[in-house]
Amino acid sequence: MISFKEVSKTFFTRAGHKQIIALNGVSFEIKPAEFVSIVGKSGAGKTTLLKLILAEERPTRGEIFFNGDNLGKIKTAKLPRIRRKIGTVFQDYKLLPSKTAYENIAYILEAVGAEENEILRNVPEVLGIVGLESRAQNFPEELSAGERQRIAIARALIHRPKVILADEPTGNLDPYCALDIIKLLLKINEIGTTVILSTHDKEIINRLGKRVLTLEQGALVRDEERGHFIL
Amino acid sequence: MLTSLKRIIYFGWKDFYSSLGLSLATCFILVIVIFLITSLFLLKGLSEHLIASVREKADITIFLKGDSSEEDILKLKEELVKMPEVKEVEYVSKEQALEKFTKEHKDEPEIMRALGLFDNPLWSSLNIKAFEAAQYPSLVSFLENSSPSNLIAEVDYPQRKLLIEQIFGITEMVKRAGIIISFILAVIAILVAFNTVRLAIYNSREEIKIQRLVGASNWFIRGPFIVQGAIAGFFSVVFSLFMILGIIYFLGPKIGFFLSGFNLLSYFLANLGTIALIQLATGVGIGVISSYIATRKYLDV
Repeated sequence: MISFKEVSKTFFTRAGHKQIIALNGVSFEIKPAEFVSIVGKSGAGKTTLLKLILAEERPTRGEIFFNGDNLGKIKTAKLPRIRRKIGTVFQDYKLLPSKTAYENIAYILEAVGAEENEILRNVPEVLGIVGLESRAQNFPEELSAGERQRIAIARALIHRPKVILADEPTGNLDPYCALDIIKLLLKINEIGTTVILSTHDKEIINRLGKRVLTLEQGALVRDEERGHFIL
Repeated sequence: MLTSLKRIIYFGWKDFYSSLGLSLATCFILVIVIFLITSLFLLKGLSEHLIASVREKADITIFLKGDSSEEDILKLKEELVKMPEVKEVEYVSKEQALEKFTKEHKDEPEIMRALGLFDNPLWSSLNIKAFEAAQYPSLVSFLENSSPSNLIAEVDYPQRKLLIEQIFGITEMVKRAGIIISFILAVIAILVAFNTVRLAIYNSREEIKIQRLVGASNWFIRGPFIVQGAIAGFFSVVFSLFMILGIIYFLGPKIGFFLSGFNLLSYFLANLGTIALIQLATGVGIGVISSYIATRKYLDV
């Protein structure tokens, strides 16, 4: 479903003198309905890897395939088609501040051209899954960090994507909320959605017992089927 | 498609309304720009009027011999009128010339007394206006070399030449300067308006990026901004139109004296359709085009 072939990503500092290697010759493959965690220290390349899958960044070298599409070569205009197959949970939530929780979730369906009755049926249902029906009419700034993250997950789920990318979704949350979010991601995975979770939370990784990719200074140093958090 | 279009229009209106402060600031700038562009249009009308009235004063006079019959004079007038260079020919008979002279000098007894000694010493004449200053020499040479030259006593072109050339030269310069200044002012105004819209959209750059990342198409993101721009432009046009009409209605009669007989209100009403079109093209055009260009930068994610 997703495959990385010798992918490298290099950034240049703003002055353009210094090169920063974010990913270096990374290769792996992710099959449908897998739950894969990506671990590593800050700056190891976890977020860059997720950005490459979302085609927010393009690889400097190597190839990335998503359902047969080469993400490095795809035209900008065709990106929405790819991104609609992906649900993304960002570490900083990235909710639209001028829209309510309900509108944030509904926006995805509106963007894909869903009918009004479908939106009216599905949005409350997803709000129910994340346990926030009562917060539907609140704006993001009126929600707690945990609530915002759950709205972000609801938004990522609403259009039934093939893949969920979760970039440190528990980074800003207390342990109780963090556990709830992980349980939610597991539930999503159980219904057949591929989940790619980036985290540096040791406890979560060790409890999951799922596949773990470990990154170190941009290189993939471990790929274990039932991995543990080892740095 | 239709559902998406309806949503785009709805989002555009909602965003315009929910960020009313910013929308009104954009409208305010657009009103200034529309006001300026409309003023330039009205100034064009005024300057054309002034130029025409100054050029009215540029003419040459052919004085006709005392024994010329009126029939020959009118024949000559007809010939002149047919010439493409000639804009207007006015025949002043001996009697009309005397009447005019008497009227002008009635308070000067010495002149009037001297005039009484003769039996109408004035000549009949033809006042000729050409379209361009450069056309006068060819007109004069036609008069000197053609058959009716035996009717002509004198042509005052040599004395009037300098004045005619100055009048045409200055009015032409004013016309060109007007066009250049109007163009520069219009460009500045459009740039200011474009920058205002760009700044308003700059505030939404993060939202645009998020919308791209969650899979919205470029048109679905850009559409509401364009609709917002069009709404701001439309409201600005309506407001400007009434504001300018009000200003002209109340101020026009008071400044009429300075406009040398130019009726601003009639000119405005006579050109209302053109003015409204110019305002719509300016207001809605700037709103829509600026939004389109300004969003393009943030859609490259």
